[in-house]
Amino acid sequence: MTKTWKTYQPYALALPQTLVFLLFLILPILMIGLVSFWQFNGYAMVREFTLGNYTDIFTSNVYVSTYLNTFKYVLLVWFFCLAIAFPVAYFLAFHIQNQSLQIILFLVCTVPFWTSNIIRMISWIPVLGKEGLINSLLMHLNLVQEPVTWLLYSDFAVVLGMVHLYSFFMIAPIFNSMMRIERNLITAAEDMGASGWQILREVILPLSAPGIAIGSIFVVTLVMGEYVTVRLMGGGQSASVGKLIQTQIGSLQYPLAAANAVILLIVTLILVIGILRVVDIRKEL
Amino acid sequence: MTKRPLSFYLLAAFFGLFVLFLYGPMFAIFLLSLQGEEGGLTFPMRGFSFYWLGQVFQEQRVGSFTESFVRSMALGLAVVLLSVIVSVMAGLAFRSRFRGATLLFYLTISSLIVPSVLVSLGIGITFQVLGLETQWFSSGLGAHLTWTVPFAFLIVLGVFNRFNPSYEEAARDLGASDPKTFWEIVFPLIAPSLIGISLLAFTLSYDEFTRTSLVSGQKNTLPLEVFGMTTNVTSPALYALGTLTTLFSFTMITLAFLTFRFFSKRQAQ
Repeated sequence: MTKTWKTYQPYALALPQTLVFLLFLILPILMIGLVSFWQFNGYAMVREFTLGNYTDIFTSNVYVSTYLNTFKYVLLVWFFCLAIAFPVAYFLAFHIQNQSLQIILFLVCTVPFWTSNIIRMISWIPVLGKEGLINSLLMHLNLVQEPVTWLLYSDFAVVLGMVHLYSFFMIAPIFNSMMRIERNLITAAEDMGASGWQILREVILPLSAPGIAIGSIFVVTLVMGEYVTVRLMGGGQSASVGKLIQTQIGSLQYPLAAANAVILLIVTLILVIGILRVVDIRKEL
Repeated sequence: MTKRPLSFYLLAAFFGLFVLFLYGPMFAIFLLSLQGEEGGLTFPMRGFSFYWLGQVFQEQRVGSFTESFVRSMALGLAVVLLSVIVSVMAGLAFRSRFRGATLLFYLTISSLIVPSVLVSLGIGITFQVLGLETQWFSSGLGAHLTWTVPFAFLIVLGVFNRFNPSYEEAARDLGASDPKTFWEIVFPLIAPSLIGISLLAFTLSYDEFTRTSLVSGQKNTLPLEVFGMTTNVTSPALYALGTLTTLFSFTMITLAFLTFRFFSKRQAQ
């Protein structure tokens, strides 16, 4: 009796968490898949099979360009997050010797992540707006005569906002990878006469690649489904798949939104698999 | 003291700029929310007062923050309670091998990287197909769990990784049952970490927007209320609200950090 309980105990303990994800993650995704093949009669979904939602998406220029625009955001945000995160993580991991200072500085980078995304985006208004800090500075220095208008409500603002929100997801894993690098390896490379640049390229970069990969997965998936930043920071013409889905739901076109969501999920998975192909992250998990 | 290379100063400057980039805007709205009654949305500051901070608690033309704040608090507490129970149970399960462990691990992680809008849409559609009404305390709660449980679970795994099993073994050798061992040995030892996890899960839930956006039903949580306001509020009340919620989140994070540190200090002794 006790014997059988011992064997089943882990399963019983793991059951609630499994149920949470089956009910609120797997089932909903399956439902999206199902509904994406349903019809829409103008005000409600009809449970009849159609491929129309998908053909609509692939044949419409608007949709295709929305996807391309989303890829543009993904690429730009990914690039800038990496360009910021790598030096920041490198500085924290290799230039700060004092351990408690290291932890404090890392926390400084982490804390904003735990605050509201919406508030963080709103905060850019007094900085980037037409009468914002940057513009008054530029006018004051006589660098421009008219306020620069593309600072806010533009693709520039969207990318800036997303980098602001998501750079943390790149910093944390890269920092984590770098902290695991044996310091002896670096000393050894130095003893062999490697320059600082060579050490960075031949030792640190390859060994922090898993961290870069994990960070990239986070940033790519977050940006793919982005909606808040595009709405708050983007102008009227800034489009992303997330915003598209949101708009379609606003007009109750659930099947079409579902079809878009399925494509979004497939594209995201392809990107993730692509990243995993390039870098083996299993050591990090 | 060795002389620092030039790269140190360059990187330090870069780091400083990054911190300014992270915190500068937040600081800007913090200042602007302290303006006088005639204050606007941009600098320079017009006057100085706590008028707008007080306005947050008043009934607004566009709705009330207090109600949605109470809702977000209630939801946060429910999310915390469930997240902690679920993730600690799973964490205990992961201490022994069981079939499907890897699958559950990846399932949990995948919840973090599935685009949030999909979770929201999926739960919304599921409720609609099943003929259920979406509510912040049902569908909204589920959506929040897909975000908080993975974080809680990862921290629990870390806690159990560093957990010394000899105390439990001693208890078992003395004849304590499994539940007794858990409640009298394991639970008191992990309790401080659980407080930390609770606070972090709470802030995640309290600030969550995208996953809740389609499934909150008729009544808004605080972030949804704020989002609605961004389009039609043109007074510093918006900034004041931002300042207050950010300070609230900061308090939570500080408390969480202190409990984690307290715990690791006590472990070290």
